[in-house]
Amino acid sequence: MSAPARIMRLPAPLPLDGGGVLDGVDVAYETWGTLDARRGNAVLVCHALTLDQYVTGEINPVTGRPTWWPQVVGPGRIIDTNRYFVICSNVLGGCMGTSGPASLDPDGRPWGLRFPVITIADMVRAQAMLVEALGIETLFAVIGGSMGGMQVLEWIASRPDQVACALPLATAARHSAQNIAFHEVGRQAVMADVDWRGGAYLEAGIRPAKGLAVARMAAHITYLSDSALQRKFGRSLQDRVAPTFGFEADFQIESYLRHQGSSFVDRFDANSYLYITRAMDYFDLAAAHGGHLAAAFARFRGRACVVSFSSDWHYPPADSRTITRAMIAAGVEVSSLEIETDKGHDAFLLDEPDFHAALDGFLAAAARERGIA
Amino acid sequence: MTAPAPIRPDYGIILSAVPDGASVLDVGCGDGELLALLRDRCAARVRGMELSQAGVNACVQQGLSVVQGDADLDLSLYPDGAFDMVVLSQTIQATRRPLHVLQQLRRIGGRAFVSFPNFAHWQVRLSLLLLCRIPVTRGLPAAWHTTENIHLCSLLDFEDLARDANWKIAAVHALSGGRAAAATDSTRGWQNLTAEAALFELVA
Repeated sequence: MSAPARIMRLPAPLPLDGGGVLDGVDVAYETWGTLDARRGNAVLVCHALTLDQYVTGEINPVTGRPTWWPQVVGPGRIIDTNRYFVICSNVLGGCMGTSGPASLDPDGRPWGLRFPVITIADMVRAQAMLVEALGIETLFAVIGGSMGGMQVLEWIASRPDQVACALPLATAARHSAQNIAFHEVGRQAVMADVDWRGGAYLEAGIRPAKGLAVARMAAHITYLSDSALQRKFGRSLQDRVAPTFGFEADFQIESYLRHQGSSFVDRFDANSYLYITRAMDYFDLAAAHGGHLAAAFARFRGRACVVSFSSDWHYPPADSRTITRAMIAAGVEVSSLEIETDKGHDAFLLDEPDFHAALDGFLAAAARERGIA
Repeated sequence: MTAPAPIRPDYGIILSAVPDGASVLDVGCGDGELLALLRDRCAARVRGMELSQAGVNACVQQGLSVVQGDADLDLSLYPDGAFDMVVLSQTIQATRRPLHVLQQLRRIGGRAFVSFPNFAHWQVRLSLLLLCRIPVTRGLPAAWHTTENIHLCSLLDFEDLARDANWKIAAVHALSGGRAAAATDSTRGWQNLTAEAALFELVA
């Protein structure tokens, strides 16, 4: 079970890649399990774009939806909360309690577009301050998929001595042109909604729900695969036996996407979506290290497990191979895995027995090596 | 309870030669059998490269650090002198560029163990001479049209190539019928006739 929502006010101003600092940053986080006497059993879980700190437990107390990784994190699970002290914090720029464009500025007004543009490294800097404030010097593991995987890579690049095991899943060391393109479609959909009001919709008491829903619909397609869509929906019609010769949701896939879009706007802030997608677009770990990805990993002396999924076209296996090859060149003790599946990018959140068996084997061996009981 | 499976003689030789705590790269590590033995019995810091995804998955599930990779293409990624020892077990005959592979191993590791089937074994010779067929033997079990072996060699051939790659021959272990003969310091003519396979120990 989750403890009640927890928020830590960072003890110092947060320096930002874009210049300047952000003062009075709140980080909302959840923990499970107990930190051992050596403070050596901490696992940091990094969440993806639209997920949050409610990794496991009966239900997400804010959204009322299921938590997002209960099959991996929990008592007796792969990341066993009886064994590890598990931490997950809402990312900087998010809308689940951590400071972001929907939170209030020092004058008590919603930040909106006056919130500074942030990066993946800024998110990790905020996480690192939280982890340090919790009294942890070295994380046993940092794990995350998609944008969470970017944070994992940033952790071992900027804080190599503070991580024993890194597990970047279904991710990339830089955002591709295609990924930036999809994000731009989403942002333009939000900004084209008249209710967006130049980002100041919260003061007006409204939300650009239509624009954000379209953004979510476009993004959701990239999380699935052609074959999975075909298998689940095909050309099946929604509650009708023939096309209506109109623009209602004739097809099941249309109805499904509309539902994905409309349920998303209830739980996510449109400006947060702009800021977080921007942070992902700016992510290019090699560029931040003189153009050499291997240089980003050169100081990391822990173990890494890089996992990709065969039908993921959002962060395809080639992106993971690039990460693995750079780690080999940097002398990192790396394992790499490409899981055969037709479930696309979202496979990292789903039941994939080979993936889970590998996670389990990797973590168990690393825990044995480090004497975690 | 069943008795533990006996260790393959070539693995036994490698295990007895790896000092405690050495770093070892197994190229073409399959399902990780040798890596697990090296880790558990020699406390070696082991890593592997394997072409088949099923093999990689099996290794990672055992907690072994293994990446998917192709010996012909991916050995060049590893830094110079990255390992105390490299192992290439029953793999070189399936590579496209055996000389390149041996040169890369020489660059990466200070010592190497390389094993391969002997194409000059007497059964192989007789199969061609008397049966006029591409040999199918205990050491070469696949038919000519299904085998993955593209660069078969004899012990003498391999010795030449190893020297071309700037390796020195430290020991030759002839392997036949699940047993290893006493090591020699170079290939003898009778070994080239009687060994089904060989394990070469190479030093820089």
